[in-house]
Amino acid sequence: MSFKKGSVAAHVVMGLLAIYFLLPFWWLLVAATKNNDGLFQSSSLWFSDFQLIDNLKLLFAQNDGVYLTWLRNSAFYAVVSGVGATVISALAGYAFAKLRFPGRNALFALLLGLIMVPATALVLPTYLLMSQANMVDTIWAVILPSLLNPFGVYLLRVYVHDSIPDEMLEAARIDGAGEFRVFRSVALPAMRPALVTVLLFSMVASWNNFFLPLVMLSDDQLYPLTVGLRAWYMSAIMGNGGAATFNVIVTGALVAIVPLIAAFLMLQRYWRGGLTIGSVK
Amino acid sequence: MTEVQTSPAAAPAAAGPSEKTGRRSHRREAAAGWLFVLPFAVLLVAFLLLPMAYAFKISLYRSTLIEGEVFAFFDNYKQAIDDPLVREGVVRVLIFGLIQTPVMIGVALLAALLIDAATSRFSRFFRLAAFVPYAVPVVIGTLMWGFLYSDSLGPFSGLGIDFVSSDTVLASLGNITTWQWAGYNMIVLYAALQGLPRETYESAKIDGAGEVQIALRIKTPMISSALVLATLFTIMGTLQFFTEPLILQPLNPGAITQHYTPNVYAYNQAFSFQQYNYSAAISFLLGAVVFIGSYIFLFATRKRSALQ
Repeated sequence: MSFKKGSVAAHVVMGLLAIYFLLPFWWLLVAATKNNDGLFQSSSLWFSDFQLIDNLKLLFAQNDGVYLTWLRNSAFYAVVSGVGATVISALAGYAFAKLRFPGRNALFALLLGLIMVPATALVLPTYLLMSQANMVDTIWAVILPSLLNPFGVYLLRVYVHDSIPDEMLEAARIDGAGEFRVFRSVALPAMRPALVTVLLFSMVASWNNFFLPLVMLSDDQLYPLTVGLRAWYMSAIMGNGGAATFNVIVTGALVAIVPLIAAFLMLQRYWRGGLTIGSVK
Repeated sequence: MTEVQTSPAAAPAAAGPSEKTGRRSHRREAAAGWLFVLPFAVLLVAFLLLPMAYAFKISLYRSTLIEGEVFAFFDNYKQAIDDPLVREGVVRVLIFGLIQTPVMIGVALLAALLIDAATSRFSRFFRLAAFVPYAVPVVIGTLMWGFLYSDSLGPFSGLGIDFVSSDTVLASLGNITTWQWAGYNMIVLYAALQGLPRETYESAKIDGAGEVQIALRIKTPMISSALVLATLFTIMGTLQFFTEPLILQPLNPGAITQHYTPNVYAYNQAFSFQQYNYSAAISFLLGAVVFIGSYIFLFATRKRSALQ
């Protein structure tokens, strides 16, 4: 009896917390179906006129369709930085775990020492260096710094160290495979679960990135979604002429998170995998 | 002479060739190792060490109209430490961290203990629901809450609360970060709970301990190292507080000032006032505090966490 009472209480608490976590999503979903007058006049947590299709048309027509450019940019930055960072981290993580070379321990100690350097402190000096190299306001200013992922290297080193036996690599070497061949055809397939986790995290980090592109880019044709939506929001609040209306911004926010939520639901296993590896060590 | 040395007959019969290939394969392995880490090493230098060194260098200079860049030693740092606007920001993020961290970690711990104890369909749904906000970009999460806080189109407009007045805005920002990060920390703590040996609290259950007692007296102390890490990462995040106040700034520029947090101040010094040297000093100081602070924190709690 007392156990049952406890279980009911636990579910009530979980229910209240679930409402808290999901309320903003519900609001966004409902708000994206209303036109601008509906947003201000109707009850904010329930549907009135269903205008989602019109809102989507407005969204993709606003400022000559710049939203689609932002969406493409976000996807491009996420794929290029995500794949690039994963490949580079895989090579380095494997080498740190399995290859003996002079300076290995010193370089790995340096990595561990620098893993705690806060990223926000590096944005300004990176901007100044990039501007000396004339690379500010190009896609490289956003992509190149995102390729560095010390935590990914660390995770993959731990994974390779714990899950790939030396004998497996040695056997391939005896068969006459070169080091790159051994890496590609023996180690890489065995690293797949950890690679997916690192890829997922670096792609999402890039999709969500704000500070770096905010500082680096001034051409709105290069903006990712985060920087673009913030620019629309600023103009709308300040009441600038020709600014996107709130219903357009709300619909834009909804469209921006749909791919993330889809990826999140489909790849849950890997999300949790990454967090768990991170927390155990 | 040379012929004698290299002739197979002169060399020790079996050891010779294998030693040679052994040495050659060592060299080959070393070369491969360096080739493999090279891209990472280049990036580490170009986008971590170099910017750090550069920030430190320019933070030691002052830009003057007449003489250009002048070496000024630690003048920028002195100015930063004496600057009341920097202090105001530092005090604000400290207060924010002191309140927001325990609240958020508390919510995360509560949620983790709940999903660990209850194994129903709903608890699995709840685990997803709590984690989804983490998958949303901070910019968009903040925009969503910005709308929810609005007195003209938000669902709370009937309550008559101004969520972005100078008295309430810090709590409103704290709510956004709690909403966004509690689920992430819940998963981290839940993973730690799942790693505990079940026998330890099965026996307590037989002795008549209730679920709540087990959660508070047995499970929570046993995951203290995960709690310590989660707390550390949260404090590091709050010291660097930037995106949320920057996004909500236009809602009430009088409350969310240009120097609201040290990072917002450094950003405005650089990009609104072109004070790159001073901005670099603030960034470097903040980065150093976070960096040294996190290592001290890890070191101080090492013994406690090692006990687990």
